[in-house]
This record gives sequence, structure tokens and C-alpha cells, in this order.
Amino acid sequence: MGSLFTPLSWNDTGFILTGVWNTVIISVVAIGFGTLLGVIVGFIRAESNRLVNTLLGGILDIFRSVPLIIQLILFSTYIGAIGHPLEPFVAGSIVLSLYSMAFMSEVFRSGFESVHKSMQIAARSLGMSYWQTIFYIRLPIGLRAVFPSWLGVALSVIKDSALVSVIGYMELLRTSDQLISRTQQPLEILIGVGIFYFIISYPLSLYGRYVERKMAL
Amino acid sequence: MINIRNVHKCFGDLEVLKGIDLDVNKGEVLSIIGGSGSGKSTLLYCINAIENIQKGQIIVDDIDVHAKKTYQDKLRQKLGMVFQQWNSFPHLTVLENAALAPRIVKKLSREESIEVAKQELEHVGLGDKFDVYPTKMSGGQQQRLAIARALAMKPDYMLFDEITSALDPELVGEVLDTLRLLREDGMTMICVTHEIAFAREVSDQVAFFNEGIIEEMGTPEQVISNPQKETTQKFLSKVL
Repeated sequence: MGSLFTPLSWNDTGFILTGVWNTVIISVVAIGFGTLLGVIVGFIRAESNRLVNTLLGGILDIFRSVPLIIQLILFSTYIGAIGHPLEPFVAGSIVLSLYSMAFMSEVFRSGFESVHKSMQIAARSLGMSYWQTIFYIRLPIGLRAVFPSWLGVALSVIKDSALVSVIGYMELLRTSDQLISRTQQPLEILIGVGIFYFIISYPLSLYGRYVERKMAL
Repeated sequence: MINIRNVHKCFGDLEVLKGIDLDVNKGEVLSIIGGSGSGKSTLLYCINAIENIQKGQIIVDDIDVHAKKTYQDKLRQKLGMVFQQWNSFPHLTVLENAALAPRIVKKLSREESIEVAKQELEHVGLGDKFDVYPTKMSGGQQQRLAIARALAMKPDYMLFDEITSALDPELVGEVLDTLRLLREDGMTMICVTHEIAFAREVSDQVAFFNEGIIEEMGTPEQVISNPQKETTQKFLSKVL
């Protein structure tokens, strides 16, 4: 009589690596779009008047205050219910990108606001246009100032990507979940998964330290 | 030549300039002295079109600074300006600080812009600092960098807004020496300054501002050594 459970074996490597890969991919996509949109939204917030700011701030607050898991489920079921079901990867990427955008926009806004008005006047007095001042002065100085906070958000996005498993995306946590139900070896598997998350995040953290040291003026 | 005619400037209800008339000829040095809040810095900001004006006219080489059709980014290339706070760009080296505007504004090639920047930096005595980041330098050095950065645009006029006021006393000398150098080069300058002795030494004209008007104007001998107005005498007795 064969056992209901089969122990963990080397044959599971491919399955686990798919999970690792999917976690990396959705994190890269979410951090990438989150950063891009975050810079734009952060800039708009730094530059616009009170009314626009209150409105934008309200929308961002929704993204920031509602738990990610609820956002994921609501979005993917709603979009399915209205007849446009999306791949778990696509739905997850959209929600995770917007979620990280909401946090990053605040980071970048404070970066843009940290560049003193007199610095911009000095640039304009050299004949630079408004947009040249943005691209050559305000953007690089502001981004440097908030790089450590940005890195913190990026690292948490990698870990938050685990939640995308609830809508059926086969990322690292979900792979491990399936392996656990098959093997009944949660301890080994969860430790292994933890190590994988560390391996994914640590290079980013190291890179951050390297960049910070390079930028320490 | 800079001609200023009956310039009025308000911030909300507060009238900061109440009808200023001034002319600065090519090659001349004008120093503006006066108490804080007298409008002297504001006038510089208006000449450079950083601030608009409510009434009157400022003409720089036949260009009406505040006319609607004036392309102010272009105009500012004629007018170098240095501020009380030196505002070095902290993410760029000294050389890049000075080469940036020539390259992106004047569209010089990378080599040309670096060439101009090196010349001007050497001129102000920063020839050994090209690759240093400005935050590693003293205030006096950063202020000289700000001067070189403005000069690299080859402006026809230089506007100085209390450029030694934020400096430690021992660093003021090196910055004033740089201004003396510019004077020898024949640069046309307007200096808003609290360095009365310096103003007396280098200026062709001195204007004493008080509450938004020019109280007294003339040669340094007239205004600083033999002031006629009581307000001028009072101000000078406080600062000298």
C-alpha cells in the first residue's frame, strides 16, 4: 500500500525554481512600474496645488490603507465578473504595481520637495529651462536623497509579492504551499523558501549599500 | 547697458520697490547698499526676470525684460547671477557644475563645455578642484565655484546678491578678491553688498536703498564718504 504523501525529492527542483522565477518576475515588473509611476505621481504632487494634492492623496491613501490581499482579490474577481478575466500574473502585476506606486510616490514627492527652491532659481539663472532644471537638477538630487527609502519599499514589494498567490499566481510561496500539502514537510520547505526570498532580496540590499556608498558625497 | 525706469514691485499688499530708476553702463560696477528689506535684492531678481514687476520697465541691451514676447531663458544667459547661498549642485563635481549649463543651454560640445569650465575655474583659483564634489569644499570655495559657473556662460553682466553674507568672516576675502579680478577684466557688475569698504573701493556708482526707493546715488566718494541725506548717514554709521 503506497503512502498518500511522497517526500521531497530532487525532482521538485524545477517546480521550486519556477516559483522563484515567477516571484522575481512579478517583483521586477511591480518595482519597475511602481518606480516609474511613482516618480511621475510624486512629481505631480510636489508641483501641484492643494486641490489636486488632496484628490491624489485620497486615491493614494486607498491603495496604501487597504490590505494588499483584499485589493488583489477584489480586483481579480471584479475584473473577472465584468467579463474580462485576466491571467493571475497580469492581474497581480497591475495591483502590485499600483500598490508600490502608492508608497513610492510619497517617497519621491519628499525627494522632489527636498531640493530647495533656491537651487532651482540658481539653475534657472544659468539659462536652464523649467524642464532642464527638472531633469538635470531636481530629479537627480531628489532621487539620491530618497534612495534608501525607495530601497526599503522595493524590498517590501518583493515580500508582498507572496500575496499574489491568493489569486492563483504560481510564485514561490504558492509552490511551497503545494509541496507542503504533498510532502507534509513544512519545516524544511518553509526554511528553504525563506532562504530563497533572502537570496532574491539580499543582492538588492547589497546593491543599495554599494550605491549609497558611491553617492555619499 | 541696463536701464531701469520707474520700477514698482509688490509682494501682495507690500510694495517693495517704489519707483526705481537706474542706469548701468557697459564696464561699470554699481554697488547697492541699504538695510534689510530695502528692496535691493528684489531689484536683482527683477532684472533677471526671476520676479516680475508691476510697473515700469527694465531694459537690458535693448531687450525689455518683462515684455510678453521676451524669451527669458535666453535673456538670463546674458545675466550671470550669484546668490547669498552658493547653491552648488551637490550631485556633480566642480568641473561638471561649471560645464553643465554651457553644454545643455548653449549646446556646446562636451569638450568645448569642459574647456570653458576649466578656464573659468582656473580663473577663480579652483584649478586643482575639478574632480572634487562641492560639498567637500569650504563656503568660500563654493562661492567661487558659483561665480565660475555663472562666468562659464559668458554673460555680459554679473549680478551679485550679498554673496559674502553667508560666509565665515575668514572666507570673505577670497571671494572679494575674485570680484576684484572680474573688475579688472572689465566685467559689468551690480553688487548688492554689505561690504561697504569693498563697495567704496571697486564701485563706479553706489546706490543707497531705503524702503524701496533710491535715497542717494553717486560716486563712492559722494555716497559713502560724504553722504548728504540723514538716512544714509544713519545707515553708514551703523555698518561702518
